[in-house]
Amino acid sequence: MNIEAPYSDKVMDHFNNPRNVGEIEVPDGVGMVGNPVCGDVMKLYLKVKDDRITDVRFQTFGCGAAIAVGSMVTEMVKGKTLEEAIIISNKKVAEALDGLPPAKMHCSLLAEDALKAAIEEYRAKQEGMADVQSEHHQED
Amino acid sequence: MEKIYLDNNATTPVRKEVLEVMFDLYRGVPGNPSSIHFFGRQARGYVDEARRKVASTIGAEPSEIIFTGGGTEADNLAIQGIAFSRQEKGNHIITQATEHNAVLHVCRFLEEQGFEVTYLPVSREGLVDPAEVERSIRPETILITVMTANNETGVIQPVEEIGELARVHRVPFHTDAIQALGKIPFSVQALKPDLASFSAHKVYGPKGVGVLYIRSGTRVRPLVYGGHHEGGNRPGTENVAGIVGFGRACELAIDELETEGERLRLLRDRLRSGILEKIPNVKRNGAPDLLLPNTLNMSFEFVEGEGILLGLETEGIAASTGSACTSDEPEPSHVLSAMGVPGVLAQGSIRFSLGRENTRKEIDYTITILAGVVRRLREISPFHPEEGS
Ligand SMILES: Cc1ncc(COP(=O)(O)O)c(C=O)c1O
Ligand code: FES
Repeated sequence: MNIEAPYSDKVMDHFNNPRNVGEIEVPDGVGMVGNPVCGDVMKLYLKVKDDRITDVRFQTFGCGAAIAVGSMVTEMVKGKTLEEAIIISNKKVAEALDGLPPAKMHCSLLAEDALKAAIEEYRAKQEGMADVQSEHHQED
Repeated sequence: MEKIYLDNNATTPVRKEVLEVMFDLYRGVPGNPSSIHFFGRQARGYVDEARRKVASTIGAEPSEIIFTGGGTEADNLAIQGIAFSRQEKGNHIITQATEHNAVLHVCRFLEEQGFEVTYLPVSREGLVDPAEVERSIRPETILITVMTANNETGVIQPVEEIGELARVHRVPFHTDAIQALGKIPFSVQALKPDLASFSAHKVYGPKGVGVLYIRSGTRVRPLVYGGHHEGGNRPGTENVAGIVGFGRACELAIDELETEGERLRLLRDRLRSGILEKIPNVKRNGAPDLLLPNTLNMSFEFVEGEGILLGLETEGIAASTGSACTSDEPEPSHVLSAMGVPGVLAQGSIRFSLGRENTRKEIDYTITILAGVVRRLREISPFHPEEGS
């Protein structure tokens, strides 16, 4: 008899050995999002240089799928430009894990949302700094 | 890998002695109990014998035992059966928040049919206050239904007091005793309920067989129509082998109740103290002195239950985050929520329910593995405070 496993081997691999876990001491962007369906949470940290993601870490209070999508999304974005990273959808992350059970697709949103939130936070900070800089210029 | 099964409140494996009588039945007793020829009378004899065994297990008369297609059906027959047969007398039902869905969803259905249902709250420990039951009784109250023991936490309700109140106020009292059977003493003579539900697969019997005890003189409206079987309360050709299996399972459960109950209590306590010793930031759920001897429900702070289960499963250990029936629902357990356990803690809750096959070695192994899994998940968690801070 074939016992259908709830998760693919890839999901289990990322669950058992999650990549890029933890915090970045002085991050350039941080995104923390909650999943409205289940209340689970993901936090994602970015290090950015010349619009390119040089380092990325994640933490999650979430189910097995949340851990796997967090791990996978960090692998997918490392070295990518922000433009390339921001278009990564939850479906792409799930596909990269050889799929998720239908009831667990909502978990992949955590990865997409946390990534977007971190990039947006980075960009907002950049704009803020640019504003501050231009204000300084005006004062000169 | 050896598998360790710590989910005996979800279901239990059919024990050898039960399997043997069922096998003999399937092989040697082909008749329909309603037939009047030899084959029929032979099958009838076995069903009657099983009915006597179940009856004596709970201190009932054989005529008060109705075999059903499982525990859910027994709960439905009790609640819908009383509601629809007594709707001229009133439309109010009293239950409580931590019931199994086999009770809660029936109550919700009855609300759609115009009945009114009071869902009593429980304390932080998971207990219903009998005084609140009494305060909720109205002239239109036609049924009180409170479970004997909870499937997720193992909490044992004060059903004797509630039953006594129901009798004083002449309101029929039903109890879902599905988790109590075979784990703690249960007698309809001591408790005096009007109806009580049981399920074979929680006591090492087959799945899909249940019993509703109906006190003689109590009338219920059947859920299905089609014949005279089970006194017309549950028409349909009897599940002969399943019923006989349930009878045998009851007999064995009663024989072993004390010794096995004590053995499980020691194992469960060993698991509990092992967890508390090895893992910081753990909370127990449910009144510690009023628990089924086999059940342990604990919340592991900063982590989510599904991850714990998956980590345990990788090492061959099967436990559960709550009732098996709700494991597809992402929301935290309605039982823990009703007890006021905060959402994030409820999400990190695991139920361990022990059974006949568990050994000390398995428990010790589980403690070790669990400590590792929780530590690893906490390292991933954004909520986990840094070491030393
Ligand atoms: C308390 C309780 N009530 C009802 C049921 C339903 O019984 P069954 O699975 O036999 O339908 C269960 C178990 O599943 C239970 O634990
Ligand atoms: S169930 Fe919440 S993230 Fe998966």
